[in-house]
Amino acid sequence: MTTEHLPVLQVVVPLMSAPLIVLVRRHGAAWAIATVVSWAAFAMAVGIAIEVAQSGPLSYAIGSWPPPWGIEYRADALTAFVLVLVSFVGAVAMPYAKVSIAAELPEEQEYLFYAMYCLCLTGLLGITITGDVFNLFVFMEISSLSSYVLIALGRRRRALQAAYQYLVMGTIGATFYVIGVGLLYLMTGTLNMADMAVRLGEVTEVRPLIAALAFITVGVGLKLALFPLHQWLPDAYTFAPSVVTAFLAATATKVAVYVLIRFYFTVFGATPLMSEVPVNEVLMVLSVIAIVSMSLVALFQDDLKRMLAYSSVAQIGYIMLGLSLANPSGLTAAVAHLFNHGITKGALFLLVGILALRCGTTRLSDLSGIASRMPLTAFGVVLAGLSLIGVPGTAGFITKWYLVRASLEQGSWWLAVVVVASSLIAVGYVWRFVEAAYLGAPGPDTPRAGEAPLWMMVPAGLLVVACLYFGIETSFNVGYVTEAVASLMRKGGG
Amino acid sequence: MSFAGHYAYAITIFLMVAGLYIVIARGNLIKKLVGLGIFQTSVYLLYVAPGKLIGGTAPILAPGYAVYSNPLPHVLILTAIVVGVATLALGLAIVVRIREAYDTIEEDEILAADRAEDARPQA
Repeated sequence: MTTEHLPVLQVVVPLMSAPLIVLVRRHGAAWAIATVVSWAAFAMAVGIAIEVAQSGPLSYAIGSWPPPWGIEYRADALTAFVLVLVSFVGAVAMPYAKVSIAAELPEEQEYLFYAMYCLCLTGLLGITITGDVFNLFVFMEISSLSSYVLIALGRRRRALQAAYQYLVMGTIGATFYVIGVGLLYLMTGTLNMADMAVRLGEVTEVRPLIAALAFITVGVGLKLALFPLHQWLPDAYTFAPSVVTAFLAATATKVAVYVLIRFYFTVFGATPLMSEVPVNEVLMVLSVIAIVSMSLVALFQDDLKRMLAYSSVAQIGYIMLGLSLANPSGLTAAVAHLFNHGITKGALFLLVGILALRCGTTRLSDLSGIASRMPLTAFGVVLAGLSLIGVPGTAGFITKWYLVRASLEQGSWWLAVVVVASSLIAVGYVWRFVEAAYLGAPGPDTPRAGEAPLWMMVPAGLLVVACLYFGIETSFNVGYVTEAVASLMRKGGG
Repeated sequence: MSFAGHYAYAITIFLMVAGLYIVIARGNLIKKLVGLGIFQTSVYLLYVAPGKLIGGTAPILAPGYAVYSNPLPHVLILTAIVVGVATLALGLAIVVRIREAYDTIEEDEILAADRAEDARPQA
């Protein structure tokens, strides 16, 4: 049966396609391979999700070496959920890339973009599915190194500077993570997550474990742009090619959050460490600062891409807030927001990419009256913007609802106030687009451009529709998540 | 808990902090990468040093040998070294491109050039 090998094929197929693309070199063929592979990855992720829902967690021993000696690939409900998110955005972005990348890169460099894209997809899927902490580091570096290249492909020279900053910060983050893993390995003698969780229960010397927890939290925090470790993110998102921004914003930071959830609940869950060390309190304070301050910073940006980048840091704050509440509703909000924010921000960045391509600018002051020239694109931005705010009937609302509920369950009504108040700030920055696009009169400077080609409109539209669809039909982004959260909480024994 | 017994850790921590300091304190992009390299290398030591037992051999069953060193950390670090080399190579490649685009590899001069670009009205 091929379903038996799905967990490893999920990673190997995109991995193998990267060298294949470099060998083929022709840009049309490279695009075709990358598209087929990314849709195949999506199909496999859905296959894994169905398999997990029917018959429980999957375990795959690489090279038939049984865990904990060999590397184990392990898929439970949470893994499957993140796999579907990453591969869905990865697949949707590919048709868009055809026109977008052709416009932004010289033709002879296009195949390198597609090769890097497949490697980045490999890394992100690998991080998600592996059950081995060191293997996770290797995949983290595969995805990071390829994303540095993807960002450096941006047209302006500042993309290079942004990529360099990200490289330095990202490498420090990954190295911190390895230090943490090293300490855990010294204490337990194992690298398999499940095995490590069992053995950590027997460790009596807690000081190295606290150090390991701190190193892993800070290291992964750099990757997920946890406030105040987010400085690399705005520049990287602003200057990267449009399709890269959309893909990374929707997936890379989300996968890093997933790693943190894995460590907090699967690895450290059985130890009393999480309740003895004030991790959740620290994360809560940081995420509240992130939500409020970054929303305010977003409000005052003139560049639409940069505004959305700061909004991303704020939105990651919501995810971390849900995680730090550490009750089932909070965790449901955090995990559901991985998906909800992923598709919302993916849609927004794809649409902004269309504006960038047709108008040559993403500055709000230059986009005055653009709604009369590109009505569909502008309307799409407004719809996805509503999801970003969290208006009922959109995906964003689902998360806000659970987040408010979790805060009240915890007895922290002021957190609920923060969530609602920050949504009002989000209304402010989405309104700034509406004001420019709909109320501003098209001046002589307004680009004359019409709508973009269908290759770009359809993927962006698909994600916008997904924002609305998952706001109403919630069996996947709430039903499936509730199940995932329940199994996490059970394992954590609390 | 003598210092002599833990000198490998002391060296590890010294290299770690020194590397991180260089990354933060230096404005030259190449020097930053050197610091990053030292920082990464210190972690290799963190893994490899505890894996070695004095008098231990490779874990091959043979008469006369009872003390074995753990080979796994060495294998892990072999992987980490490859990752480190790739990171350094990519970092240097980006610095070359930055040098071509900005004509400098000093961070403050690059930031000044970016600010000047921001201050100019849109072309």
